[in-house]
Amino acid sequence: MITDSSAARRARLAGMTASAAAMVVLVSACGGTGGGSASPAKNFSYLSVTENTTVKTALTTLSKGACKTAQDAQPLKVETVPQASLDQKLQLLAGQNALPVQFAAGNAPALTQQLAGSGQVADLEKELKKLGVYDQLEPAAVSTIKALYGGKLDVLPYEYNIEGIFYNKKVFAANGIAVPGTWAELTSAAAKLKAKGIQPFSASGQQGWPLTRLISGYLYRSLGPDALKDVADGKAKLTDPKYVKAAAEVAALGKKGYFGKGVGSIDYDTAMNQFLSGKAAMLYMGSWALANIADPKQDTVGAANVGFMPFPAVTGGTGSIDQYPSNVGLGIALGAKSFDKNTGDWVSCITKNYGSTALKDQGAISGFKVNADVKDASEVAGQVRQTISSSKQNVLWFEALFSTKATTVSQTNAAGLVNGSLSPEKFMQTVQDALSSK
Amino acid sequence: MHRVLGDRKAVLILLGPALLVYSLIMLVPMVWSLGYSFTKGNTIQGFTGNGLGNFHRLFTDPAVREALWFTAKYAVVVTLGQVVAGYLLALLYVFFLKKASALVRTLVFFPVVLPTVAVGLLFQKFFQVAPQTGPVNSLLNAVGIGSIDWFGSAGHAFWVLIIMDIWRSMGFYAVLLFAGLVDIPEEVLESARLDGASGLRLVRHIVLPMSFPVLLSSLIFSINGTLKAFDSIVALTNGGPGNATTPLTLYMFQTSFTYGDYGYGSTIALLLTVVCLLVTLVVFRVSRRDLTKG
Repeated sequence: MITDSSAARRARLAGMTASAAAMVVLVSACGGTGGGSASPAKNFSYLSVTENTTVKTALTTLSKGACKTAQDAQPLKVETVPQASLDQKLQLLAGQNALPVQFAAGNAPALTQQLAGSGQVADLEKELKKLGVYDQLEPAAVSTIKALYGGKLDVLPYEYNIEGIFYNKKVFAANGIAVPGTWAELTSAAAKLKAKGIQPFSASGQQGWPLTRLISGYLYRSLGPDALKDVADGKAKLTDPKYVKAAAEVAALGKKGYFGKGVGSIDYDTAMNQFLSGKAAMLYMGSWALANIADPKQDTVGAANVGFMPFPAVTGGTGSIDQYPSNVGLGIALGAKSFDKNTGDWVSCITKNYGSTALKDQGAISGFKVNADVKDASEVAGQVRQTISSSKQNVLWFEALFSTKATTVSQTNAAGLVNGSLSPEKFMQTVQDALSSK
Repeated sequence: MHRVLGDRKAVLILLGPALLVYSLIMLVPMVWSLGYSFTKGNTIQGFTGNGLGNFHRLFTDPAVREALWFTAKYAVVVTLGQVVAGYLLALLYVFFLKKASALVRTLVFFPVVLPTVAVGLLFQKFFQVAPQTGPVNSLLNAVGIGSIDWFGSAGHAFWVLIIMDIWRSMGFYAVLLFAGLVDIPEEVLESARLDGASGLRLVRHIVLPMSFPVLLSSLIFSINGTLKAFDSIVALTNGGPGNATTPLTLYMFQTSFTYGDYGYGSTIALLLTVVCLLVTLVVFRVSRRDLTKG
């Protein structure tokens, strides 16, 4: 009798515990998905990366001037994360349905495409046409975005950049170095500088991409503009000897000490600073650096002493020196679910005014039309702007068509390639493996 | 007391809340994660079944092998370092500094209360080579050795990590073991001394056997902590250079949250769980046998 009743009680208690547990699970599960954006966004929230100050500054300027009305209806609120953790943050926010109104697109375009595929990113071609401001975008910028994002306008071109090598004119002149036109000339110029005790290049190995850009630069010159598309399409492998050659050339620069000491610990700001304070003669960078070059506080070399050259040709290669790597810098996407009238007002104001504001205040070039007369801040800024408007064919960068994983693997291993702890073969093999693992 | 614990309702009321919270934040996610390891995808794309695909990948992925090897290497070296350094410090407190050990104990314990990220940054600056030469390299330069790029090669980065982790936690183990040593009855030590045992012989034959149980607990603590090390590595090297200092925990984190592959990430988590379980079982077996003796 006693055993019976206690068994029954046990069963009842077990049942109660189980159902209580189930209830809590259900309630917490419901709570998890409730954080969506059913109600209109109070703020024009913008998630950006810490490294980029151009967009943040220009948007703040606009919020006080041309876009005051939009600002009053939906105040701008900027939040930043380090670029290296951006992809992670976006994935977590997207998983919780909590993406901000406007956010820097992930380091790998593949991630933004994923977000777009799940309906989290606004189709900007449609929205801008609806707002009647689609013609405010530069066609070159639109085509670059479409090349990156599978034919869709997923991001706004807050920046439109070409990349190349900035050099210190004074140092070049003092050492009798002409602007190198070929890779061989570049390496001999570097050797000359190094012999004189001047660090030839400054590059951030911590970011990695300033190093892998050199590999892609070499590949585009030696194998032509389709070099990396062939890898993405599976027609070629990074481990093919002609691809490994590019990594070997870049590794050789590191082996000779052209990037200075401890390249793996150099962060973006330090690399920029080394060049702008005259400690290094050359810097591979995108034209967004014009904002830093125009700032006399950072640029002690002086904007007039900075020159810009395209990535040099590789003798016998099929690529051409005027195919500039181009990108939309930090592409910025808008959340699909929070895109309402207030956001539309902001976007339409930005497309009309951002181009001239960014250029006038910071010397930064965007993919928006410049609707006011702005004098170029410096000779180098004018040169870059001219190059952009006259360029016919552009190329992408090393990781542009890679998955998030391959992008990370490539950028975190780049310093190892340059400091000799990873052979060119092993580096390309590692990246290729990451690319092939699905 | 017995009557209270004999009543099932009372037991349930006492245990229920804790059990519920434990189930919700430990067991449910674990089972959930186990479920994920049979899928592919992430919260953006949604999940699709992947059968045993992730497990097949786990056994063929060279990065897993490297991470597992690093985890093992790191756990063994740091555990030994922490416990040995802690034990030596404890001996120092008890037999050498005696009553005056409070200040030294506090100083050595201090790094334990510092946030890991701060310690990571401290060591980064300590060992840095560029843009400024850090103190360690300056010291090397002063004695005529060239600067070393400590975070540029796998070997160097590993040792900096080891030094940092031992420095960071030896104070904790020193205090833990100190408590064990203080517990050894003075009479036993006294009679050993009367019998002529002193110095190393005293430690070897009296102190070590008598503090063995607490030494073993320290080992269990330490090995379990180091197998799951994450924060100190992220703060110091973030797994680099390349993936040379990436343990399983970090690889799992990157796979799930950076590469957006929750399924495979969960599979790696499962591997980590199994490894921890095996190590704990082995340690438990060993400890049970020796505890009866000690």
